[in-house]
Amino acid sequence: MKKQFSVVAVILVLVGLVPLTGVSDYIIGVLTMICFYAVFAMSWDLLFGYAGEVNFGPSFLIGVGAYGAGLADADLGLPVAVCIGIGTLAAVFAGLLLAIPALRLRGPYFGLITLVAVLLLQDMIEIFADMTGGEIGLSVPDVLAVSATVNFYYAFSLMVISGAILLAVANSPFGLILQASGQDPVEAQALGFNIVKYKVVAFAISALFSGLAGAMLVFYLGTASVSAMVDVAVGIQVIIAAVLGGRRTIIGPALGAAFLVGAGELLRPVGQMSGFIVAALALGVILLVPDGLLGALRGRRI
Amino acid sequence: MSLTLDISPSGEMHAAAPAALEVRGLTKRYGGLVAAKNVSFDLRAGEILGLIGPNGSGKSTVMKLIMGIEKPNTGAVRLNGVDLAGKPAYKIARAGIGLVFQHSRPLHRQTVLQNILLGLLPDRLMAWRAAPEDVARARAIAERVGLGAVLNRLPATLPFADLRRMELAKAIARNPQVVLVDEPFAGLTGGEVKDFSDLIVSFRDEGRAVLLVDHNVKSVAAMVDRVLALYLGETIAQGSAAEVMCNETVRRVYLGGGISTHERPETVFVQTSPILQVENLSVFYGKAQALDSVSLVLHPGEFVSVVGLNGAGKTTLFNAISGLVPYAGNISWQGGALAGMTPAKIARGGLVQCPETRELFADMSVAENIALGGQHLPKPERTTRQDWLFSLFPILQARANQISRTLSGGEQQMLAIARALMMKPKLLILDEPTLGLAPVILGQLSDAMKLLRDQTDITILLGEQNVTFALPNADRVYVLEHARIIWEGSPARFASEMASAYL
Repeated sequence: MKKQFSVVAVILVLVGLVPLTGVSDYIIGVLTMICFYAVFAMSWDLLFGYAGEVNFGPSFLIGVGAYGAGLADADLGLPVAVCIGIGTLAAVFAGLLLAIPALRLRGPYFGLITLVAVLLLQDMIEIFADMTGGEIGLSVPDVLAVSATVNFYYAFSLMVISGAILLAVANSPFGLILQASGQDPVEAQALGFNIVKYKVVAFAISALFSGLAGAMLVFYLGTASVSAMVDVAVGIQVIIAAVLGGRRTIIGPALGAAFLVGAGELLRPVGQMSGFIVAALALGVILLVPDGLLGALRGRRI
Repeated sequence: MSLTLDISPSGEMHAAAPAALEVRGLTKRYGGLVAAKNVSFDLRAGEILGLIGPNGSGKSTVMKLIMGIEKPNTGAVRLNGVDLAGKPAYKIARAGIGLVFQHSRPLHRQTVLQNILLGLLPDRLMAWRAAPEDVARARAIAERVGLGAVLNRLPATLPFADLRRMELAKAIARNPQVVLVDEPFAGLTGGEVKDFSDLIVSFRDEGRAVLLVDHNVKSVAAMVDRVLALYLGETIAQGSAAEVMCNETVRRVYLGGGISTHERPETVFVQTSPILQVENLSVFYGKAQALDSVSLVLHPGEFVSVVGLNGAGKTTLFNAISGLVPYAGNISWQGGALAGMTPAKIARGGLVQCPETRELFADMSVAENIALGGQHLPKPERTTRQDWLFSLFPILQARANQISRTLSGGEQQMLAIARALMMKPKLLILDEPTLGLAPVILGQLSDAMKLLRDQTDITILLGEQNVTFALPNADRVYVLEHARIIWEGSPARFASEMASAYL
């Protein structure tokens, strides 16, 4: 565990130093997107890996965070930090509104409800197009920063801090109870744990970081749009990144996000084929190493 | 550190002590099936009550109703006078009732210590660190149940009995006044049974009330203070173990229908060519060798039993034959090699396994499960075959529209065998069909085995640790021990040569 920690620390320091080596803004931009996707995937893993609940709608939480912050900026003209706070709170609130009734259901229904939530959000954005910009998107007047390097450090800090908090949560007694609730709910209850309470809180934590990252992403991209933040395809990217990286590890999903976003950019020259190749690669990894990239690395070390 | 409360030896105390747990008129219906009907009893502190009954008698249901895993339709479960019936399980657990699960899914990435610690954590969200006294207590409990030496191992590396010890540890972690224990001895060896009995008796001696659920009266008779016998959801007798064992109703419904032997004249199978021949079969799971050069032969129409304790390698042998695990050695089926064929192709070729875990489609009805086994048959044949199966297992006809998840263990086993028979097997492999079944069901199953043997030309390979079930119908017996075949011969010879070790 300690060895793993130092490996992660070294990798993080190296990644953190990249913008100082004089690489192009394009590379820095790719790294920034990786950081945002890493937060999405890590938040998702807390629910799937630990609580055992498949949230098919990570983009619901991301989207509420993004549009919450975007509307606060575009319509109310509040300072960026306040807008991000509003977006984050909106995501947690919407997440709880969804999770409290949904987590009481058994079997695949939770996942289905989260999927429907994404479609509802998407419809809402299109119905209130005069406010939200509809399909075109909502441009915001403010940005995180003008410099690509500064933007990167915002996203990088977000990733490191939320990753550290998610890891701490996962390895605390709370995480232990959460895992028990996910893996054997009947026994967890017979041991005296109100499992719905733990799952709802896990969902809120997941919503908090997804919403926060979604809100910050708006001010990085300068726009909130369905295709970048709400579409089911965005959610699927997040899910693939997490599963690819390694379920129930928090760190793995961040690796998966790096792989997915990085490979997508590397393959950009092949045009339409890039999406296909990335998907095929992801499929191969999931089929060959179901424990994900991190699971495969760990297996080799033993 | 001692967890023992000093309580004077049992006996006179019981009569005076008020009941810790009062169960009154507990009733549970699943659709038309009444799983528990008006069950009432008292359980006092410092007492072990044995709840016995054949499979499907409702004893597991009663246990789940007390724990809150299922909600009763009517009735009361009072702990120290407070009614808990219908409350969620976590509230009942906190009120002071603990359940030792028979099967559980431990946390595989956590150590034994962390798994036990789980049972000690408060139901609070804001605990960032386990309290040092909780960790110390988890260690003490681990020592007590005999896990002191494996505290830092992962559950996957533990033997079966140690996983069960871990369940005991978790259940008593919260110091419950009432401990419900679900079939504590299933699958344990003689020495382990002794350890577990001692542990359960120690729970009583420190003043807990213990409800022991088992279908084996004999194994609990020595430790229980009182016994309550259930049959079809209803109480049929209460009293001391001796009284209940002598009770006429209990003898009839519970112990009745014992196995009669059906020896048939020694048939000469040697002249036929074998239907299945296994030569030098070896299987490894990682470093562990599960089978070591096993060879066996089956002739068409023969009934062969493979006898061996848990972990001897029976299931591995059957899974290798069915193409489910990779192996070294040769398996030939009707003269051709099986190597490289998919499990589905092997099954379609007439080599059908009825696995230990039954693998029923839990949410489908009995009739649907059977129909799935006969998907490939033309309709008229399917109907005749189904009629024949219903004559073999009449209870399945009565339950045709019931969802299979709600069947009792014995009925589920019959359904699993019936579904396998729908596939028109030439060779039927039965892996531990009696696992967890009460004697009365064994008799019915044994009769069905005899019918299969006498009325069909199906070859049968039966894996069993229950020798009294494996012998009566067998033409030949193999003994599998620690991955090797150590003995082969007729049932009659088995009785004289191997009986001391197995009967």
